[in-house]
Amino acid sequence: MTTTSSTPAPGTLPASRRRWSPRRRQRAFRLAQYALLVIVLVAVALAIDWENVGTNFFNAQAASDIAALIPAAFLKTLEYTFAGFAVGLSLGTVLALMRLSSVGLYRWLAIVYIEFFRGIPALLVVISFGYAVPIAFGVNIPSVTVKAALALGLVSAAYIAETLRAGLQAVPKGQVEAARSLGMSHGRTLRQVVVPQAFRIVLPPMTNEFILLTKDTSLVFLLGLATSQYDLTKIGRDALNSAQGGLTPLFVIGACYLLITLPLGQLARYLEKRTGARSRT
Amino acid sequence: MTATSPTGTPVVRIAGLRKAFGEREVLTGIDLDVHAGEVVCVIGPSGSGKSTLLRCVNLLEEPTGGAVEVLGVDVTDPDVDIDQVRTHVGMVFQQFNLFAHKTVLENCTMAQRGVLKRSAAEADRIARANLERVGLADRADAHPAQLSGGQQQRVAIARALSMDPQLMLFDEPTSALDPELVGDVLGVMRDLADGGMTMIVVTHEMAFARDVGDRVVFMDGGVIVEDGPADQVIGAPREARTRTFLQRVLDPTHTDVA
Repeated sequence: MTTTSSTPAPGTLPASRRRWSPRRRQRAFRLAQYALLVIVLVAVALAIDWENVGTNFFNAQAASDIAALIPAAFLKTLEYTFAGFAVGLSLGTVLALMRLSSVGLYRWLAIVYIEFFRGIPALLVVISFGYAVPIAFGVNIPSVTVKAALALGLVSAAYIAETLRAGLQAVPKGQVEAARSLGMSHGRTLRQVVVPQAFRIVLPPMTNEFILLTKDTSLVFLLGLATSQYDLTKIGRDALNSAQGGLTPLFVIGACYLLITLPLGQLARYLEKRTGARSRT
Repeated sequence: MTATSPTGTPVVRIAGLRKAFGEREVLTGIDLDVHAGEVVCVIGPSGSGKSTLLRCVNLLEEPTGGAVEVLGVDVTDPDVDIDQVRTHVGMVFQQFNLFAHKTVLENCTMAQRGVLKRSAAEADRIARANLERVGLADRADAHPAQLSGGQQQRVAIARALSMDPQLMLFDEPTSALDPELVGDVLGVMRDLADGGMTMIVVTHEMAFARDVGDRVVFMDGGVIVEDGPADQVIGAPREARTRTFLQRVLDPTHTDVA
């Protein structure tokens, strides 16, 4: 900001009217953010009553009480998740292909399905499988796992279908044209060119679907479970009733869910990197 | 580069071809015969229907009317096995369209194995021979993303040639390339033409059209305006529209005072 700013010398820029350069302002702003973060953390740490937190949330006695139940419940949660995902992925694939079909009726049916199951809470679907389906159809599916798989699978299929459709559509049209121009049939093009490339695109959102499904297994108790069929959330809720350790059981099972979902995210990132490194820059 | 005498059945016979996208008419009555060994270059302003014409030959676009006969088969007949016809017609795209998830070699063997049912060893041998032909034998294991545009386009040509086509379609094969890479691709195409391949080339490379093309077809507004020997159409165009177009292309900084 000098007095010569009105008429700069030829071939030079007029002096900037800003006091700080954009880069300098950005640096200052970031420093302020870090400072704020530290202040918030310190404030929270000081505000917490650590002694009470210890007895209520991280109570060793309560944790060891529930520990014996965890391995079986952990496996059950995994079982419900994988069974549900198997149904969701199969049905979701069919729905995605219907959604992209040239047959209007298929497209319409897929849209109706997706909108319906995406729009109602998973809770309602699970309850329906526990009570409404047996009444309406006069059949009671004996296996809880099958019931859980159907209920959770029907819901996740709606989401998975949309994810797959987006992935299939994201593969450039030129890839299909190139394959077809070589004489490859529609089906072969889909299998050898489109699906392998769509796989990489849908990997991150599919991981999301899987994780959401893992957490939705906490609704399975609504089907009415025998003790041996309890999932993680169910044993956590039951343990809460034996009041001793406060909310400790919930913290323990929360950690168990993370034990499932964190490695999954890791695996997805690994796969994405591995398939992505070769095919696209 | 000999002007082939039009004898025998044409490789491509197009009669009264029309194509509309909804209300918009892109081709309004095209007649064109291409004979074996002929190199036909299609030139014209953008939006004149050149690419659409080419894409009607292997039915990537479905004609609205008229007949397109390829190797004696009317491809507009709904009972025709179009996949079978396409194995004899190679196509090279402006954007290369190599399969991004496959290596260069796999790009050249996939359809040979899957469609022509060739053995792995045979497909491999043919693919490598064609990669050799386009000067990329040493990049067989690379992925498309690791290649320059010019290299990718030459792989695309090798991929098409690996099917042993009787006709090659080129849709602006050098338009997406950096100027210094155009020459390599045109060189490969010239070799192909010299080898007697029947080719239809949609292009903006006037020098190529003139030197390599046997015939040049000038299109404008969905019709063929002029069709004749390459030297004549580019060197001494009969039609005023051809002249105006060539003037704009060959001397782009020239401005007409209207």
